[in-house]
Amino acid sequence: MNDLMSVVDWSRAQFALTAMFHWLFVPLTLGLSVIVGIMETIYYRTKSEQWLKITKFWMTLFGINFAIGVATGIILEFEFGTNWSNYSWFVGDIFGAPLAIEGLLAFFLESTFIAVMFFGWNKVSRGFHLTATWLTAIGASISALWILVANAWMQYPAGMEFDPAQMRNIMDDFWAVAFSPVAVNKFFHTVFDGWVLGAVFVIGVSSWLLLKNRRTDDAMKSIKVGAWVGVAGMLLTIMTGHGSAVNVARVQPMKLAAMEGLYDGGCNQELVGFGILRCQEDMKPGEDPFVFKFGIPGGLSFLAHSDFNAYVPGIYDIIDGKASDADGKEMTTANYAARIEYGREAHEALRNFDKALTEGDTAAMAEASERIKANYQYFGYGYLDSPQEAVPPVATTFYAFHIMVICGGFLTLLLFVVLWAAYYRRELLERRWMQWIAMLSIAIAWICSQAGWVTAEVGRQPWIIQDLMPNRAAISEITTASVQLTFWMFAVVFTCLLAAEVRIMIKQISKQSKES
Amino acid sequence: MNLELLQQYWWLLISVLGAILVFLLFVQGGQSMLLCRRKNELATKYMISALGHKWELTFTTLVVFGGAFFASFPLFYSTSFGGAYWLWMTILISFVLQAVSYEFRAKQGNLFGTRTYDVFLLFNGCVGCILLGVAVAMMFFGAEFTVEKTNILDAGAPVISQWADTHGWEAIFNWKNLLLGVTVLFLARTQAALYFMNHDADDEEFFNLNKRSVLINGAIFVMFFLVFLAVLLTATGLETVTDSGLNGWNSTYREVPYKYFLNYVDMWWCLVILLAGVVMVLYGVLRSVFAKKFTCGIWWTGIGTVLVVLTLFWVAGYNNTPYYPSLLDSASSLTISNSSSSLFTLKVMSWVSVIIPVVVAYIAYAWYKMDSKDKNSTDDAAY
Repeated sequence: MNDLMSVVDWSRAQFALTAMFHWLFVPLTLGLSVIVGIMETIYYRTKSEQWLKITKFWMTLFGINFAIGVATGIILEFEFGTNWSNYSWFVGDIFGAPLAIEGLLAFFLESTFIAVMFFGWNKVSRGFHLTATWLTAIGASISALWILVANAWMQYPAGMEFDPAQMRNIMDDFWAVAFSPVAVNKFFHTVFDGWVLGAVFVIGVSSWLLLKNRRTDDAMKSIKVGAWVGVAGMLLTIMTGHGSAVNVARVQPMKLAAMEGLYDGGCNQELVGFGILRCQEDMKPGEDPFVFKFGIPGGLSFLAHSDFNAYVPGIYDIIDGKASDADGKEMTTANYAARIEYGREAHEALRNFDKALTEGDTAAMAEASERIKANYQYFGYGYLDSPQEAVPPVATTFYAFHIMVICGGFLTLLLFVVLWAAYYRRELLERRWMQWIAMLSIAIAWICSQAGWVTAEVGRQPWIIQDLMPNRAAISEITTASVQLTFWMFAVVFTCLLAAEVRIMIKQISKQSKES
Repeated sequence: MNLELLQQYWWLLISVLGAILVFLLFVQGGQSMLLCRRKNELATKYMISALGHKWELTFTTLVVFGGAFFASFPLFYSTSFGGAYWLWMTILISFVLQAVSYEFRAKQGNLFGTRTYDVFLLFNGCVGCILLGVAVAMMFFGAEFTVEKTNILDAGAPVISQWADTHGWEAIFNWKNLLLGVTVLFLARTQAALYFMNHDADDEEFFNLNKRSVLINGAIFVMFFLVFLAVLLTATGLETVTDSGLNGWNSTYREVPYKYFLNYVDMWWCLVILLAGVVMVLYGVLRSVFAKKFTCGIWWTGIGTVLVVLTLFWVAGYNNTPYYPSLLDSASSLTISNSSSSLFTLKVMSWVSVIIPVVVAYIAYAWYKMDSKDKNSTDDAAY
């Protein structure tokens, strides 16, 4: 068991490492592709040489980033097979489809038209080139759509049923998988977050140009485009962020409780603005989990149910079987100790089904099948030893969520100020302190984006598929040493490539900034 | 549409993707020649320029090949990738390095210098081709795994697909697998030289350099290919005796001498296509070498390669043949029927596959537009 958990932990670490590296590049691709598309559209309409130069400036940076995004992305698809092979079998019938569709619909679109984008300036018409640029941007978003459909399905499994004869889940409703409310919201939230990051990147780099007094007019024009995209992206991100909170409250209440460090819930639950959590190990039952905090009364109730008086269960409540219904009223459901029993019951019934199948005993198969069906929603709990195992790492989830919100708040303010200043107070953008703030905000945009994913993924632990399969049942049969070795291999390779990418970007920005 | 028909259809699609992937490995073949020609700056420039515009197609095809396999035959995905861990991880790392190398190699501030990125390309060129060949060879010569689905109920050791402790190294160092790997490498090198002859026909010196390459690599490829074919056609394979249980679970298998030869005989149309493919490859190579200026060799060998690889996939999976034989427990062998997705998923994916002609059409159109002007015109973003 110890070795099993060690493989699980290292496999998780490796997936987290590769996914976080990949996510350094993807949001910039999503955001920058739209911004470059807008810039080239302006060039197409005005035939202005200046807009052509501006477009090419950002397109070069887009290309550098795109390559490393592609490089880090291939690992993730195949890691489901290499490190999570049981998962690949258990839900491959459902999960594989979005990945295949992504490849077919999005990757070819991107890889074909990005070549036209970069090598086609002197070879295809302006209209065809513009189309290629937008198709690349659309391809990037379609790619994100199918990946996020797959991710959302892990958090909210829908559109499938369990087939005991094959001991796996099979899809029975493709549209329920593709357009579940969790998937749709997650897609828009993520893509708009990419717009924000791309916009902050453009504003930050343009501020550097202003600071160095190079291509200042190009920089100002870029800031305007960036600010518009950023403000639009941020408003939509906030809107979909609220949608995410509502979805989490509905389908992953334990994650919501961890995000807020909420152990004992209730009505009119406050939203923690920020706080410091006590060490979980030292905490006594009934003790306030916070060293200090400030909160908005009723805020969490409102966030989850649009009602300041709604009931929101805490971690202890959920373990004890308390929940909130669709109207925000307290209700009772199976407690976690019972869920573990139900899960084990489903396992036992599945064993009986297999035995009956081998013996050709149809009556026993039907009986076992009924028992499986009755308990299947708790199938994953059957692997757990205690209810406490179903609690995610609270501190990591809490801090990641609040860092995301604080960074998001700062970026909202920044984007509105920059947009206003770009039209009404240009001298503000020429102040050195403002330029430094804009440049440093690039890092904040990345921290915000990464923190969002840490919240989403750490908050759903220990589940690889919510309630149906914990991580420990999803792995491949490999040694800890093998995974450790590949973990460090990826850590070294990706760090080196990241360092190279950042340096190339800086050199490229500097070189292009000197061009008139 | 019934399940069996869709399983056959998806094996066909996997075969097509695999065959196109092998053809597109000419990019890797070209990369494997970069360092030996490093002293010839003009040749290096031509090669990088020609390959740099095409590498993403190979890369994307590999990703789609993986995704399609996952969606249509998930048990293969979980068994092979989770089992032959080191084989697949090495392939993946080589493609990660490739993906950044074209963009980074000539850029200022790339930290490691152009030579390092060219070594990455060489690594991907050689290792990528050989190991993909090894991975495909396991479909004929077997792999050391077992599948026991009830393991999923064992909380202490829940993995259903178990592999030998060597986790892929045993496959890499199996001479039969390596034979196909090396064959693929020299095929890719031959096709790369033919591609350069087609792409940069105006430079006489470069053209003749590639002509020599076609002769040398083509000769080595033909030699290895004939040996591989002899080994394959005389190999003993498995045959499904009874395809019992839902989705072919609980099937039994027996060993059949000359199984793949018999598959070619039983599926005579496969044999015809194989021979047509071989003739096309030979014609493309020989005419490119002996004609004064023949630039279309890549098309002949390319189409020929696709035909030959298609038949290899077909004899691996059709005619009651387990396409992933287990060397440890024949009952664990994977067939098209016992490893596939459900009827519903295959149906959904089949509808999605309708879009493939559209994808092929826009790729062809985009490249037609790109190539309709001077191929070597200066690009703003040349590598």
